[in-house]
Amino acid sequence: MVGEGWGEGENYSTHECMQIGITMGSKQTQHPFFISLFFLGIFLLAWHVATINPPFDPTGKTDEELMVMEFNGDIMQTDDGQYVWNPEKEKVKGVPGPMTVMEKAWVELNEAFVIKGTNDHGIAFLVGYTVSRFAVGFLVASGVAILVGIILGLNQMLFRALNPFIQILKPISPLAWMPLLLYTVKDPKWTAILVVFMAAVWPTLATTAFGVNTLRKEYLQVAAILQLSWFKRLYKVILPGAAPTIVNGLRISFGSALVAVVPAEMLLGELGVGYLSWIEWNNLDIAGVIFAILVVGTVGVILDSGFNKLAGLVTYQE
Amino acid sequence: MSFLAIDHMSKYFPSHAGNGTVCIFEDVTVKISKGEFVTVIGHSGCGKSTLLNIIAGLETPTEGGAILNGQEVTGPGLDRMVVFQNFALMPWMTVFENIALAVRSAYPTWSSQEIKAHVQKYITLVGLQGAETKKPTALSGGMKQRVGLARAFSIEPKVLLLDEPFAQIDALTRGVIQEELVQMWNATRNTVFMVTHDVDEAILLSDRIMLMTNGPSARIAEIVNVTIPRPRSRETIIEDEHYYKIRNHIIHFLVRHASHQHTDESGDDAQRSGPLEINFRDQAANTYEPAVSH
Repeated sequence: MVGEGWGEGENYSTHECMQIGITMGSKQTQHPFFISLFFLGIFLLAWHVATINPPFDPTGKTDEELMVMEFNGDIMQTDDGQYVWNPEKEKVKGVPGPMTVMEKAWVELNEAFVIKGTNDHGIAFLVGYTVSRFAVGFLVASGVAILVGIILGLNQMLFRALNPFIQILKPISPLAWMPLLLYTVKDPKWTAILVVFMAAVWPTLATTAFGVNTLRKEYLQVAAILQLSWFKRLYKVILPGAAPTIVNGLRISFGSALVAVVPAEMLLGELGVGYLSWIEWNNLDIAGVIFAILVVGTVGVILDSGFNKLAGLVTYQE
Repeated sequence: MSFLAIDHMSKYFPSHAGNGTVCIFEDVTVKISKGEFVTVIGHSGCGKSTLLNIIAGLETPTEGGAILNGQEVTGPGLDRMVVFQNFALMPWMTVFENIALAVRSAYPTWSSQEIKAHVQKYITLVGLQGAETKKPTALSGGMKQRVGLARAFSIEPKVLLLDEPFAQIDALTRGVIQEELVQMWNATRNTVFMVTHDVDEAILLSDRIMLMTNGPSARIAEIVNVTIPRPRSRETIIEDEHYYKIRNHIIHFLVRHASHQHTDESGDDAQRSGPLEINFRDQAANTYEPAVSH
């Protein structure tokens, strides 16, 4: 009897433990989200507090000092004779708080699909320009890099002959090419795309050559025994075999192309999210600059998740 | 005339030290008949896998060559399929696709229906029904090599080259697959050239076992005829009176040749006159002393 009762108790406690385990498990899946939210809240609060401008306090200032400040436009007198900060000057003084940025974002997002003028396109258009500029440069660079990488990966002698040039060209900042490209192609649109190309071509080229070169030799031996044609060998064995390494190279290229496209737009004045950031700086609209930064980040996340989905299709486990 | 002949073959590699060359094996001459199962046993580094790769056409000999069906081997081809130690299955293809790639290459004129039926036949032969759509990663080592065997048998090559095919499979599964290989071989009577470390495996499967000395300058010192009647199975083979005589003889040989300091007691004469042929006959005494003939 005692034994049975004890056993039951044990069963019960195990059951309870399992329930706790389940709830803990489900809590754990929710945790990161709440932690993220928590840190976001702390950050926004700190930002807000740090950027609060206390109301103007005239105590301790002589009338002369107040007159100079008003003359400079720092403060202004209200109808009832009190001095307050000049709201026009407030806009360009210090860093705008989160509320100001949100107001700016609200305005911009409401006008996302509006074209106001030649250089004043809605944010949706700007994102579209940047993404398409990025896509063209990145895709062409990837195609060229994979093709050349395969040739170099298969031909050890050629690889060793060309490797010094690749090593010299690889670390050059893609933006360093810009003046030369602008001078030669004479078109800022194509220059921006070529800068993206220059940023994206080297990592993929190097890793593709490496991936093909280090492909397990048994795969090629099987292909040789089966007398596969050159083309079949390429797309049935070499490309899928090197795909995980190639994707790693593409990922690095992707990042560096994304980094290059923003300053390219800034310097060339081509419409896009990088241009948005620069034009807001020229307007001295710091809230706009912060909004542009956030847009750049968002575009990066969207492109990156799309890339990861594509990468998942071609990778395999050894 | 022999079906597959290895004719005075030597292989030299450039030495790591620099200018010189290292002889891997030298003056290897073997004649293999059609339908024969021949195995090479030797220590690691004696060049037995190199020998197999040369027959496969994946490497080139320095001197001599291999002749298959009257034609010299100059490169890889569908008539000599290798079963690799590490399986060499394409990890991005399913089991079915791996075998189909081989079948499609061997029979380019076949319709997809014919190819499908042929692949399915060999998948069934190795008992992998239900695993057709799995990727190799999802399979155990034993199942992977079953795919490797199915792929090799499916293109019906003139010679099957098995390069330590079961070395990476756990001991219990190894026995099962060895027996499956015996059955597949019984059904097809392919000519097989196998390289292995495993003495029991060699005795179970082979008609003749070639014993290779240690490299560098390895050579085939002895050829043991496995005088155990077929069909064989792991259970019955150990009952045969010759089994332990053969096994002990081979192990003695391998132990004798384990150290590189070993001086060959057979001397230079034996080297020049080619490998000893070892036969165990019914009344070959109760000792392990083999009956030797040249």
